[in-house]
Amino acid sequence: MSQMVLGSRVLRKEDVRLVAGQGQYTDDIRLPGMLYAAILRSPHAHARIKQVNIKAAQDMPGVVKIYTGADLQGKLQSIPTAWIPPESDLKMVAHPALASDKVRYVGDGVAMVVAHSRSQAEDALEAISVEYEPLPAVHDQLDAMKDGAVQLHDDAAHNVALHWKVGTETDEAFRTADVVVRQTFRQQRLIPNPMEPRAAVAQFNSATGDMTVWATSQNPHIHRFLMSVVLGIPEHKLRLVAQDVGGGFGSKIACYPDEVLVAYAARDLGVPVKWTETRAEHFTITTHGRDHVDEVELAGTRDGRVLAIRVKAYANLGAYLSTAGPGVPTILFGLIVNGAYDIPQASTEVYGVFTNTTPVDAYRGAGRPEATFLIERIMDRYAQEIGMDPVQVRRVNLLKKEQFPFTNAFGITYDSGDYHRALDRALEMLDYAALRREQASLKAQGKYIGIGFSTYVEMCGLGPSQVAGAVGFQGGLWESATVRLHPSGKATVLTGASPHGQGEETTFAQIVAQRLGLPVEDIDIVHGDTDRVSMGWGTYGSRSTAVGGGALAQASDRILAKARTIAAHMLEVPEDAVRFEEGKFHPEGNATKSVSIQDVTLQAHLGWNLPAGLEPGMEASAFYDPTNFTYPFGTHVAVVSVDPDTGEVRLVRYIAVDDCGTVINPMIVEGQVHGGIVQGVGQALYEGALYDDAGQLLTGSFLDYAMPKARFFPTIEIDRTETPSPHNPLGVKGVGETGTIASTPAVVNAVMDALSSFGVTDLAMPLTPPKVWAAIQNAQSMKGGQS
Amino acid sequence: MEEERHAVTLVVNGRAVTEEVEPRLLLSHFLRDNLGLTGTHVGCDTSQCGVCTVWVDGLPVKSCTVLTVQADGSEITTVEELTHDGVPHVVQQAFQREHGLQCGFCTPGALMLSAWHVDHYPGASDAEIREALDGLICRCTGYENIVRAVKRAQALQEEAPAAMAGQAREEASS
Repeated sequence: MSQMVLGSRVLRKEDVRLVAGQGQYTDDIRLPGMLYAAILRSPHAHARIKQVNIKAAQDMPGVVKIYTGADLQGKLQSIPTAWIPPESDLKMVAHPALASDKVRYVGDGVAMVVAHSRSQAEDALEAISVEYEPLPAVHDQLDAMKDGAVQLHDDAAHNVALHWKVGTETDEAFRTADVVVRQTFRQQRLIPNPMEPRAAVAQFNSATGDMTVWATSQNPHIHRFLMSVVLGIPEHKLRLVAQDVGGGFGSKIACYPDEVLVAYAARDLGVPVKWTETRAEHFTITTHGRDHVDEVELAGTRDGRVLAIRVKAYANLGAYLSTAGPGVPTILFGLIVNGAYDIPQASTEVYGVFTNTTPVDAYRGAGRPEATFLIERIMDRYAQEIGMDPVQVRRVNLLKKEQFPFTNAFGITYDSGDYHRALDRALEMLDYAALRREQASLKAQGKYIGIGFSTYVEMCGLGPSQVAGAVGFQGGLWESATVRLHPSGKATVLTGASPHGQGEETTFAQIVAQRLGLPVEDIDIVHGDTDRVSMGWGTYGSRSTAVGGGALAQASDRILAKARTIAAHMLEVPEDAVRFEEGKFHPEGNATKSVSIQDVTLQAHLGWNLPAGLEPGMEASAFYDPTNFTYPFGTHVAVVSVDPDTGEVRLVRYIAVDDCGTVINPMIVEGQVHGGIVQGVGQALYEGALYDDAGQLLTGSFLDYAMPKARFFPTIEIDRTETPSPHNPLGVKGVGETGTIASTPAVVNAVMDALSSFGVTDLAMPLTPPKVWAAIQNAQSMKGGQS
Repeated sequence: MEEERHAVTLVVNGRAVTEEVEPRLLLSHFLRDNLGLTGTHVGCDTSQCGVCTVWVDGLPVKSCTVLTVQADGSEITTVEELTHDGVPHVVQQAFQREHGLQCGFCTPGALMLSAWHVDHYPGASDAEIREALDGLICRCTGYENIVRAVKRAQALQEEAPAAMAGQAREEASS
């Protein structure tokens, strides 16, 4: 059994409660005497607050207390950012939990009502009158940097929050190259929309000073740390619990004003308080993703060899710095803009810009989708420019397997891989040559299909703590694990990772089961509670299995070492003569005489007859810090049809060949790939946040913001190659973000391939029917005008 | 503001419930807050996402589109009732077998919709299943494994219709 656990399709342990409606999400919590909070939010993108009148609201039924920004002044620290990229001159602007003098985006909190029911709290919001003096607003990062643009924060001139440069000298390459391709790409703003809205419940014990906060968090220990600072509650008195969390995609990393406010009220009033986001609030207050303008230049030879890449990025950070906001468009983006290619010279320059919009932070892939998009798109533009097939141009430049470990122009070291093999496999699944023939014959009939490639690599498995420090992340990036075997031989395993859909209650049990020879069903994984798990850094950046799994492997190995010592004592043989197989210890060469790990564990707990000097008990902890990031890679191919009469794009086929290193559970890996792809296609074809000139969000509901639906997709065809990463003991690379990173450019490249017949070379995402139709019309009328 | 209240009587998961409710109270909130049936989730406020789907008189309905007073006299079935006599419904088994859920938040709605669909359209094709899922937003699975789960549920139901179909069949025939 145990030999087969790793790599097998073990059904998810968490599903048993989730399919029964027995999950415990934050909004499911009801405590005796609990009150409900609702938050009044600015309807203006930018305004001075002249006056807040709460008098009428105070007399509304059920209202217990109303807090304004003025009430909280001096009582809470600023909502912090936790990422300060070095040499970026980051402007650490104040972010009050409730605004008292100025609001800076639609959704900025102005007052909080606490009442006996949620509807009473919401009713009372309507009775609060706020006198605003509206100010000009700016929502676009390029406009915000212009002379004369309205300034959001006093100490950020031209609204520049950060300016950061990295890479090698590239001028020489651009001066001497045969071919230079230049293109500006807009990577639109996205709204994460996990299906569970954010929520928080806080309970304070005024006698002991203990505060418990249940919150929708991807990283409860980071939340505890940041909230402890903001609220002034020491960490040993503050417990953060994230039970079942209904998806995050980066939007549940940040410490938001809302959970801080709820905790403040619970302490102030001495009763539990709950707040649950509405979906309308989610659209305006929960961090958004992407929103880049990228000026990209590629220098290359006529025969397809890329010599240099140069990127200047303008990243919209929104009105305030979110928890990881400054790190996403810099560290997680700028260091990998060369993608999977051997490009000798490369440089990235980034401006992070304040605007009157929702703060921007990590969104599935965080920085790496932006980097992958621009390199994969510019590779296609380059191929077009020199008249080479997009596959061929990739073949020329893709790293070869003998080049690993490979250090790119930014100094980061890719771990392992065979990028060409993944490409070959995808082409084989596609039957590329036949498809190109079909494309030509369809074109003759006035039908247009396009084939788009993305031969991506990403860096994840965040990461070594030393690197975290060097890149300005204000935390460690190691992970903890505790393996506790009970006298019966059943196991409770604690992890500092905080899964919220990724299935680690199962994959982590598989890792421990494999190492200790225990049945998966005898192992329970505990996560998401700072009182149970001593410390951890949470789940994001596809790090949980690479880093958290490493900690589990290490803790399990420590258990095994102790168990081996006891087993040798029980078997009366020297320790080095003990073999461990299938959960049993036996003397070398004698499989008939054995003791099971359960027998050994019982003896360890009884302590009646242990080797001299050995402590009783069977528990081990590990704090594992990886040696480097991990680098999953692969090839994705999209085939689309474009209807020239309507501009409609249909995804006809989608092929993904990914390599995420060693696979623990193929079923779960495939699920991550499916979900990631659909999310990335969402950016290419459907999704996009829009603001008007007054800074009002025009796409503030599921009626206005197009989420991918089942009927938009064909069956996704997937396969894998498996190259273990040498950077962690399990050889895993991470798979949570690959789909999103790879799929957006594959689909856009496919649409542009289809539109190349009309002479259209680039369109800004999302590629909606009106946009595609207009581009075709435009191109045809121009052609018509010429003839 | 004076609170206007109305008495309603509903049969929820086979039990008669009488409560006095505000006229504005949505069925989704009534189930969660008044009855503590937190298996039904709320994912939006514009009736788009479908995660709150329950059965009202045997039909899958987004419970946020119904006022509790409108549901007076109705029979409501929620995800908590899908497992019958300790036997999980075919869709519950199939969603686990095909990894048709990740974070689990849309899952109760997906299950209630799928259970009804499997019962009424046991031979639906992939394309028909994708059309039928149009009232559901799932951000995790990319829908691929939800479609596979519905297909598997069809197969499971065909294998053992009487024993496994559970509530869906009873509801439909009643």
